[in-house]
Amino acid sequence: MDLANLIDVATAEQMRQKPLRVNCCTSTGCRAARSLEVMQNLEAAVEAEGLTDRVEVVGVGCMGFCGLGPLVQVEPSATLYDESHRSTALVEDLFYEGVKPAEATSIIGALNGGVTTALKGDLQHPFFARQKKVVREYSGRIDPERIEEYIAVGGYRALYKALFEMTPEEVVAEITKSGLRGRGGGGYPTGLKWATVAKMPAGQKYVICNGDEGDPGAFMDRSVLESDPHLILEGMAIAGYAVGANHGFIYVRAEYPLAIQRLQKAIQQAKKYGLLGTQIFDSHWDFKIDIRIGAGAFVCGEETALIQSVEGGRGNPRPRPPYPAQSGLWQCPTLINNVETFGNITPIVRNGSDWYAGIGTEKSKGTKIFALTGKIRNNGLIEVPMGITLREIVEEMGGGVPDGTVKAVQTGGPSGGCIPATLLDTPVAYDSLVEIGSMMGSGGMVVMDESTSMVEVAHFYMEFCREESCGKCIPCRAGTVQLHELLTRFLKKQATKADLEKLESLCQMVKETSLCGLGMSAPNPVLSTLRYFHEEYEALLQAPIYAVPAYAVPD
Amino acid sequence: MSVKTLEIDGKAIAIEEGATILQAAKENGISIPTLCHLDGVSDVGACRLCLVEMEGSNKLLPACVTEVAEGMILHTKTPKLQNYQRMTVELLFAEGNHVCAVCVANGNCELQDMAITVGMDHSRFPYRFPDRPVDVSHEQFGIDHNRCILCTRCVRVCDEIEGAHVWDIAQRGEHCFIVSGLHQPWGEVDACTSCGKCVDACPTGAIFRKGSTTGEKERDRAKLEFLVTAREKRQWTR
Amino acid sequence: MDKIRFATVWLAGCSGCHMSFLDLDEWLIDLAQQVDVVFSPVGSDIKDYPENVDVCLVEGGVANEDNLELLLKVRKHTKTLISFGDCAVTANVPAMRNMLGGAEEVLKRSYLELAEYTPQLPHEPGIVPELLEQVVPVHQVVPVEIYMPGCPPPADRIRATLEPLLRGEMPVMEGRDMIKFG
Repeated sequence: MDLANLIDVATAEQMRQKPLRVNCCTSTGCRAARSLEVMQNLEAAVEAEGLTDRVEVVGVGCMGFCGLGPLVQVEPSATLYDESHRSTALVEDLFYEGVKPAEATSIIGALNGGVTTALKGDLQHPFFARQKKVVREYSGRIDPERIEEYIAVGGYRALYKALFEMTPEEVVAEITKSGLRGRGGGGYPTGLKWATVAKMPAGQKYVICNGDEGDPGAFMDRSVLESDPHLILEGMAIAGYAVGANHGFIYVRAEYPLAIQRLQKAIQQAKKYGLLGTQIFDSHWDFKIDIRIGAGAFVCGEETALIQSVEGGRGNPRPRPPYPAQSGLWQCPTLINNVETFGNITPIVRNGSDWYAGIGTEKSKGTKIFALTGKIRNNGLIEVPMGITLREIVEEMGGGVPDGTVKAVQTGGPSGGCIPATLLDTPVAYDSLVEIGSMMGSGGMVVMDESTSMVEVAHFYMEFCREESCGKCIPCRAGTVQLHELLTRFLKKQATKADLEKLESLCQMVKETSLCGLGMSAPNPVLSTLRYFHEEYEALLQAPIYAVPAYAVPD
Repeated sequence: MSVKTLEIDGKAIAIEEGATILQAAKENGISIPTLCHLDGVSDVGACRLCLVEMEGSNKLLPACVTEVAEGMILHTKTPKLQNYQRMTVELLFAEGNHVCAVCVANGNCELQDMAITVGMDHSRFPYRFPDRPVDVSHEQFGIDHNRCILCTRCVRVCDEIEGAHVWDIAQRGEHCFIVSGLHQPWGEVDACTSCGKCVDACPTGAIFRKGSTTGEKERDRAKLEFLVTAREKRQWTR
Repeated sequence: MDKIRFATVWLAGCSGCHMSFLDLDEWLIDLAQQVDVVFSPVGSDIKDYPENVDVCLVEGGVANEDNLELLLKVRKHTKTLISFGDCAVTANVPAMRNMLGGAEEVLKRSYLELAEYTPQLPHEPGIVPELLEQVVPVHQVVPVEIYMPGCPPPADRIRATLEPLLRGEMPVMEGRDMIKFG
């Protein structure tokens, strides 16, 4: 495979594609709403209507509006637009929400002049219009199970560009210049991480993609892996070239079977085309990717625990330093980035760092994918430019709370915090969210309305951390248990003022003394609700059952 | 060999590169509390008792796994650290069933000593009273999970020194326990060489030699007979 | 100045701490000269806990309703409450029943499963105090001023704790001699 071959594949695929594509989401969310049946019916209807020569039904990845699946989009292919095939009614993309299997036939019928009962969605709605798609550019638009579709939209061209037009140093410099920061939550500068691994002495190095997405309510990485697996493979390959690694691992949690299946398929297809494996693009450079499947531990999203798990050991974090960049998988320098981070690599290499740095804020460049859930009208995945305010996301894109007002927005999952409605004008950026006691996190965004008890929220997240603690270090193992029990006392209205003080001091202790990020951040939901909703804790306090003589307690 | 100079609790220290803060402190007579650290086996940084403060950093550093660096200014006895150390020990006491009065290690226990070191006169955290088993299937030894603090010294000593790897950790979080073999009774684990290193490594009374528990006191029945003869026949020697 | 009003109470414990208190031997005579013993299972015959007590040694954990009632009364009328011995400080051996679960499980185990003759659950409200679900240390019920661990606390430790109090000072509960458990 060389560049000419790659272009040939792209052209052949473009020729093969029919002018009208009926994209039907086959990702996990829509599947749960029977999208596979919808797709079957669409295909049958195309056959029945005799449209097989100009219409094709494509099982695509996630389109984002998961709350109203299954989603079907009829797309006139811009590149292959052919006037003679044009359906009169069709001037723009047609978009259907909540399609029932029985309605599928009429959608195809409508292409032939009929009427459809399917609910028509509005692509001009802020939910779609306010998005800026970089990572998800082709999510929901291509068939994730066919590499040809990915190549047809320019796939693997960035890898070619990196390999033949850039030195590894230049790739690292490009990523550094782009200002990309880790999308797993911490926001560590990606370029710096790459440079560290690249500068380690030559020898065995590894690239790991962290797909162990575990925050409650977060499904960004799953969606990217299910919808555009080659994007991640290409990003990892570019990373491998840049840092001098020839072996990559994708660590995906076992709860994502479809993502795993599609990744396996994608790796096979890429190997077949010589885009992964040995002598990529007929060069002397090899890069292979293996999949490792998690066994259901949240803590394995922590990089050192993940590495131990890949090695076949118990997924326990270990103290850092040494950082994986210096000594990671099997003590070799290891570059470990999140799925979404790798998803940004191909666009950056393709379009240049200047383009990328033009999106977002001064210190937070690019876009971020959020899983917008909770008490909100429009549930789903959105990719927004950094710097957009929470209010724009929640009220404009999300459509606000169905019946009521926003009380708080939770970001960062069990590691993040609850942001009160009064701070909704905060821009989405790494530093601004940390400043107000939360964090960017991996992208979970849970909206809560006035009926939500914030102590219950804190209690829920603490229960999660208690269950997910690996048990290695004492503050996290035993501290989260005590914190959870303390919060239970509040919910049972048995807590006293002394308990409130204990809660505060133990939060501080667990935060400062835990071994890894899980423990360090476990108190955050409590701390942020204590900060903004202190009165809710106080309202649950009760008077002690004992009486103490007035002169009794010394200091 | 290059040497690093640093300061711990106001004391200027020079030590070879690659040494840990804990080694530097120990060599210079500065005591830092530890529980999971054991000389001779690898460090895991799990008990968090050896955390120290470094000037210019807001992160606490585990002394056992942090290498010394030039110019470090460290404090090991700040009120904050002492408070956290005490809370850590309280969490340990509250987590298991540590009944010193009926423990084989009473008076010879690192956890008990640690409570004294950190000034713990009571636990501010309610005791959990977990239901934990005791395994006395081994011919010579027993393990009482009630007293285990999950320091993993036994795991490491068995793996790294004896090379048998009988022990490991099962489950997670509060449900963690030290598991023998493939979750078999200890006595049925073929890999165990009965070397007893885990008994010596255990900081508490969790892993013990049989015959040393309060319930297994060896009875000197002959003594009664001796007393009787001594009184009746005036024979004072045995 | 009035004499210090001194009391000791015995909750769920083996009375070993009180035995250790009696081990103070001749110092007890010194103590008796400096305090009024207003309530104590080993030093007084008064049946009701009085008011305005200055110092009280509380032995034992809180295991039943009687313990709870007495402790609340003690707290209400006592200036300086000392958690006396491991049972008071940690709930210790009496609390080993907590590992079985709640009160019902404990009673069933003791009076039904292990009974050889006429197994039945004891239930005499007003006569036999009901068990609390869990045995808890004293400070889990009421605030405590001084913790004196030990099973039992040696007589020297008791003396070292009481002596400063007699001078109107708080004892320093530090070091092996003062706070070793067990």
